[in-house]
Amino acid sequence: MTMPPPRKTAAPPIDDRAFDLLSLTMAAVFALHAPHLPWWLSVALAILLGWRWWQRRQRIGKVPRWLKLPLLALLTLAVIVSYGSIFGRAPGAALAIGLLVLKLLESETSRDARVGIGFACFVLMAALLFDQGLLATSMVALGLLPALATLRALEPAQRPTSLPRALLPSLALLAAALPLTLFAFMLVPRLDSPLWGAPAAGEARTGLSDSMSPGDFTELLIDDHPALRVSFDGAPPAPDLRYFRAYVMWDYDGRRWHYVAARHPAAPAPAEAGSTIGYRISLEPTHRRMLPTLDLPLAAPPQARLQQDREVLADKPVNAPLSYRLRSALRYRLQPTLDARSRRLGLRLPAGFNPRTRALAMRWRQRYGSDDAAIVQAALSLFHDGGFRYTLAPAPLGRDAVDDFLFSTREGFCEHYASAFTVLMRDAGIPARVVTGYQGGYWNRLGNYLLVRNSDAHAWSEVWLAGRGWVRVDPTAAARPQRVTQGAAAAAGDQLAWYRSDWLQGLRNRWDIVNRWWDQGVVGFDSLRQRGLLTPFGIRDTDTATLGVLLAVSSALFIALGMAWALLRRKPGDPLRDALRGIERKLARRGIVRRPGEGPQHYLHRAARALPGQREELAALMKCYLELRYAQDEPPAESLRAFRRAAGNFRVASVVK
Amino acid sequence: MRGLLQRLQAWAEGRLPALTRYRRSENLPIELHRRRIYIVPTGFGLGFAVLLLVMLVGALNYANNAALLLTCLLGAASATSMLVAFRGLDGLRLAHVRAGHAIAGEPIELTLAFDSSRPRQAIRLDLGHASTAFALDANATANVKLDLPTARRGWQELPRLRVWSSWPLGLFRAWSWLHPDRSVLVWPRPELAGPPPHAVADDARHMRLHQGDELAALRDYRAGDPQRHIAWKASAHHHGLLVKDFEQPQSRPHWQLDWRQLHGMDNEARIARLARWLGEAQAQHRNCSLWLPGTEVPAGNGPLHYARCMNALARLP
Repeated sequence: MTMPPPRKTAAPPIDDRAFDLLSLTMAAVFALHAPHLPWWLSVALAILLGWRWWQRRQRIGKVPRWLKLPLLALLTLAVIVSYGSIFGRAPGAALAIGLLVLKLLESETSRDARVGIGFACFVLMAALLFDQGLLATSMVALGLLPALATLRALEPAQRPTSLPRALLPSLALLAAALPLTLFAFMLVPRLDSPLWGAPAAGEARTGLSDSMSPGDFTELLIDDHPALRVSFDGAPPAPDLRYFRAYVMWDYDGRRWHYVAARHPAAPAPAEAGSTIGYRISLEPTHRRMLPTLDLPLAAPPQARLQQDREVLADKPVNAPLSYRLRSALRYRLQPTLDARSRRLGLRLPAGFNPRTRALAMRWRQRYGSDDAAIVQAALSLFHDGGFRYTLAPAPLGRDAVDDFLFSTREGFCEHYASAFTVLMRDAGIPARVVTGYQGGYWNRLGNYLLVRNSDAHAWSEVWLAGRGWVRVDPTAAARPQRVTQGAAAAAGDQLAWYRSDWLQGLRNRWDIVNRWWDQGVVGFDSLRQRGLLTPFGIRDTDTATLGVLLAVSSALFIALGMAWALLRRKPGDPLRDALRGIERKLARRGIVRRPGEGPQHYLHRAARALPGQREELAALMKCYLELRYAQDEPPAESLRAFRRAAGNFRVASVVK
Repeated sequence: MRGLLQRLQAWAEGRLPALTRYRRSENLPIELHRRRIYIVPTGFGLGFAVLLLVMLVGALNYANNAALLLTCLLGAASATSMLVAFRGLDGLRLAHVRAGHAIAGEPIELTLAFDSSRPRQAIRLDLGHASTAFALDANATANVKLDLPTARRGWQELPRLRVWSSWPLGLFRAWSWLHPDRSVLVWPRPELAGPPPHAVADDARHMRLHQGDELAALRDYRAGDPQRHIAWKASAHHHGLLVKDFEQPQSRPHWQLDWRQLHGMDNEARIARLARWLGEAQAQHRNCSLWLPGTEVPAGNGPLHYARCMNALARLP
């Protein structure tokens, strides 16, 4: 007789618990991606997800094909319409999350579910392309819980648990995996340069740019993402000295100021430095090359170059958090002698713009003669006393922007003031330029560092005065001194939304120390830092081969530890004997040591004679022990527990002779 | 593909002593330990490894450390799940195996008793194409039922059993072979049709009702019981009256099934016929006795009697 060949039977559908967990996984992944999806797509996908869950609870079965295919087409169409392409980070993520939800529609067997979970893990990782912060990473790690729980639920023959309890073993698994994770994370060799493609520059995120026109910063000034963090070697400089220079702009076309990088490397302008300060800046990715520095840097960090106006350009755009050390001068004379070309550039203005400004500058020149400092002072007094208002929502300016600002609207923020001041100076014949960067920041006392947010972006001017070189003048400070002494938020007054209220902002500033730790320790752990990993052990430069060996060794170590755990078999101990041992130890401290070969009864009798005050207690313990030991084969659990408790509570009273 | 895999497995077992070490049957109980538990990744596990690799390269390429951390976490969790998979089988004990009754050609039900000091879940047991899954509580016994196909009557050795598990994540498959040294007895298959047994047993002396040796038990008196059935002596030692309880009145004659009567047939045909008669006697609640070369089963009826007779038939050479 022969066995019939095994019939290919259709795989059985997964049970309700597994499907619930699968839906939960998809929902979690979807929730992590929802913030950057178009709202209508989010709503549609959420409805689809909920509907599928409800439908599967009513009746087990796949969603019919005639429904699935149009949905797939609709999804692709939606992504193309909304993003213009299906390639790239944002459209790719939107497409992936849509496909994931569609995968749920046809998930019936454990095979489908496993494929879905694998895909979900991938899409979870994609969420980190948008935000690498501590919070986002933690949320994504939590998203792994339902995924792992789903995989568990697909196994047969389990003890029933409730849904929240089904997540706990996954948490334990992740916790057990954490040490190996950290070692692997530190030791996986990082790439010096990407294997393919430029790392996504991403969408234009608000940040300083290489051109400026009044009104550009509006978006930047309400963005309170961290821009950079600075830790100083000594005490931090006073708040009114916390100017971080980035772009130095010479070119003005009547509307915008432009930064032009020198085509040929030119020697940095000479500077005579007074007091200097050392510090380290951790810069958030800007996708630009400019590295902001405190005031006047003396030298450039590695892989960056000091430019002509002592701004620092990195060799490559900053696409990942970057940390660099610098030393800067706070008192200095920059370019004490101005060459003719620079003087010409510093005075150049487009013809036919801002006639009233020009007339005002001429009047000042006539009044003060050759005293440039007096003209600067006159301009600052104008801003201070001329009825100027600091606002983040100024009236728009016309063609003669500076005329409009100075003589009619008289409201604006740092860009307006810096731009107008610089034009005014040039009209008066004083070389001047616009500098953008950051000013201020929040001093985190707990972490001893200065947190500078995007909203601390600032623009000011530098004028060249004979004998003093380039001197920083902040016209905004003249109009609104709080901007410089108390920061952008104080200057804006009550123009900010509720979520930037004082106490909330304070809370966020304090919380930032965790983000800083995360950014420095995890996100900014690049190939450079990795090579210095073994510096404490005397190896200055850890190369890839060493890292590989280390990784292998530590993995083997962890596997050995794991194997030891896996092979651990607890010997079925004798709780009764263990409890008696406890009593023996306590008695031995009083000198009543059990002799070899002495039975427990004899021993405890001897102990009772030696400790007459505790005779009853010892007698009771002994009777209990003998009963448990010899009266039954299998002593009842509760009396065993009672004996152990009694043995644990037993104390040898101090002997009174 | 499947054939190729089977050939590969056969080759591997022929070459690798570690795989064949436990091919010999062993005495019960069998406890699984590290030297006989094997672990390989499942298909899903391999796919997952590829996915992790893609994630790793992506995270490294885009210098995204958070993604790298996530990838490392997943990888480490997968590696840990391998240890959990091993631990799921390590220390599992097959205490004993009981077999039911079955006639040749029909599956026989095996009951395998597993115990363990740790709780376990999602352990699967394969026997040929039959498969089942079970869970175990700590210090408890799980009785796992499996059907073993049979072909011929007589003693049949238990085949190798595979106990395996892909717990907890389905990424790794831990397995071990169990080959208990135990045989099960398969009853002969009765012939489909044939003549009734020789009428020699339809004798008047077997037609008596209530044969003396059919006294089954004593029971309490119930109103209406005939007086002559009351067990007076036994009742004297008892609170109430006791009544001798007899088997159902014998309405049919007693069959004497005899190997020697079926001359001129080959052994298997004789066995098949006797098996059929035994089955009919059992169905008709008829008393029968069985004579076989070397064995004699006295007259009786009921399932135990039937099992005794069938066992005797199955054991014939």
